[in-house]
Amino acid sequence: MIEREVEIINETGLHTRPGNQFVKLAKTFPCDIIVRRGETEFSAKSLLKLMKVGVSKGDHITIVCDGEKENEAIDALSNFLANLTE
Amino acid sequence: MKTYKGISASPGIVIGKVFVFKHQKLEISDYPIECGSEEKEFQRFIKGRDLAIEQLNCVYNKALSTLGEDEAEIFEGHIELISDEDIEDGVKDLIFSKKMCAEKAATQVMEENAKDMESLDNPYMQERAADLRDIGKRLTYCIAGVSLMSLADIEEPVIIIAEDLTPSDTAQIDKDKVLGFACEVGGSTSHVAIMARTLELPALVGCSSVLHELNNGDEIILDASMGKIITDIDEDTRSEYLNKIKAFFDNKKTLEALKDLPAETLDGHRVELCANIGTDRDVEGAIKHGAEGVGLYRTEFLFMDKPQMPCEDVQMEAYRNVAQAIDGRGIIIRTIDIGGDKSLEYLDFPKELNPFLGWRAIRMCLDTPDIIITQLRAILRASVYGKLRIMFPMIISVKEIRKLKSLVEEVKASLKSEGIPFDENIEVGIMIETPASAVIAPILAKEVDFFSIGTNDLTQYTLAVDRGNEKIAELYQPMHPAVLTLIKNVIDASHAEGKWTGMCGELAGNEIATLLLLGLGLDEFSMSASSISRVKKIIRSVSYSQAKELSEKALSMSTADEIVELLNNYILNLE
Repeated sequence: MIEREVEIINETGLHTRPGNQFVKLAKTFPCDIIVRRGETEFSAKSLLKLMKVGVSKGDHITIVCDGEKENEAIDALSNFLANLTE
Repeated sequence: MKTYKGISASPGIVIGKVFVFKHQKLEISDYPIECGSEEKEFQRFIKGRDLAIEQLNCVYNKALSTLGEDEAEIFEGHIELISDEDIEDGVKDLIFSKKMCAEKAATQVMEENAKDMESLDNPYMQERAADLRDIGKRLTYCIAGVSLMSLADIEEPVIIIAEDLTPSDTAQIDKDKVLGFACEVGGSTSHVAIMARTLELPALVGCSSVLHELNNGDEIILDASMGKIITDIDEDTRSEYLNKIKAFFDNKKTLEALKDLPAETLDGHRVELCANIGTDRDVEGAIKHGAEGVGLYRTEFLFMDKPQMPCEDVQMEAYRNVAQAIDGRGIIIRTIDIGGDKSLEYLDFPKELNPFLGWRAIRMCLDTPDIIITQLRAILRASVYGKLRIMFPMIISVKEIRKLKSLVEEVKASLKSEGIPFDENIEVGIMIETPASAVIAPILAKEVDFFSIGTNDLTQYTLAVDRGNEKIAELYQPMHPAVLTLIKNVIDASHAEGKWTGMCGELAGNEIATLLLLGLGLDEFSMSASSISRVKKIIRSVSYSQAKELSEKALSMSTADEIVELLNNYILNLE
């Protein structure tokens, strides 16, 4: 299991479009992927959960990957968040 | 004849038949379902959801072809949301434990989720609650087997009248079959309004009561430019409007055709037309209107209405956003111009008798260098993302420029020692808005890379006329010979040193002044984006020598009125 903290840098946070891209990317990996923000933990493979938490600009979230291809998954997801411009 | 008022969301005028867009009302049963039929009821939900997904797929494909990939992706997100396990589990639970019918269970689950989203701090996320309700409505209708009215079903060109249009409604709009629309709710920044501008369809929002007063097939005039709907049209009004419509489209066509053409005279003299912006959100409009760059980025908005001074990172990000959005074109960033009529809550400004002649812009910055140093650091850090230029306002002397330039060098040196990259050759210019700077332009031109003339303040200071005082409004004449003489002096001075002069005041976007400024040799005109095409049209219709001749003539005249009359007549003869 590995985890990594990432800061959300895009102006509008993970709303419908970037959120969907994030979830779509997460779903391409077989491992379990959890997002943690503060006390809350939820599956990175559910757009509804992601949007209900309201991940916003400046938030620090931790991505936790566990299982097959966990290294690839964490790199891909944190890269995606680091390059969001919307 | 009857007139209804609304807020213009997107300009344009059309005459056409009304199509009232109103969904059939859906009755949802409150009675519990029979014991033992839970699984059957749950399967009704599954079937309804699959149908809703199928419909959203159609919406997605339609949006892909009419609105482009970015907009379409939103509906891909909607499909993802409606398919979410949480929704399915929630509905299942309500059906099995509370014996709710599938429609009621689905409505309740979607509403609970929408409420959760509404309670978030982030306004973008709060707005997404409306999306969830939109999806929820479709889901419920699909379960009940009642079809939602769709704008995709419209067969002949109509004007849509609706209470509101959701994103999934507007995505179905076929531009050939919709002449325009009017909604009862919404403001000029609502989703419908933004969509109307994207689709370039005339639209009104906030038209209260039209939905009840108009019927399918009624013929109306939708004058979105003036913000009204006219019904029971009489013949005079009709012919008047047919002419207006023709003029509107002719003009639009001519201007649109110019968008990607250079601002070049008949004999090949080229100038640059740029946009004035206040925030990164204005960049889109600038590009859309064919701006070749940003001639004035007013950074004040970053500082105003904030509890404290925005930090270096926040500023850097704003500048970077603009640099990235404008895609390689030049951007002139004016450093903070506070004081005069603009103050800040978190900075102590003294009460002044004469604030426009007081502690403003770089005068304030040179006294409290921390502010300008932070801004310069942010600009320089952002300069690796595009072609940024620095412009200092309110200059009256060489001494000020030298001080400011030494601050720029200081900031560069400290960035270098920290290993932070920046554009080493960033150009530094000044705004010419005081008579002093205009008079000593030949000296100032040796110190800077460019000038940009701010005609609003230059006029006010040169003529000693307060531009906010209505009593002397007539005296405020940007084409007064005194102001024009200064403008000429500035342009000539810059050219003598191999530098260039732009203009970012109102005069730059004033069509009457276009040929005069062109003839004086102005290199760059910066204005509000929507004026660019009109100014370009004028520039492209003359030769440079004609413009020079005209401006020489104008400058030999003794009064502003004569000059304006000369220019006005010249333009009228061009058309």
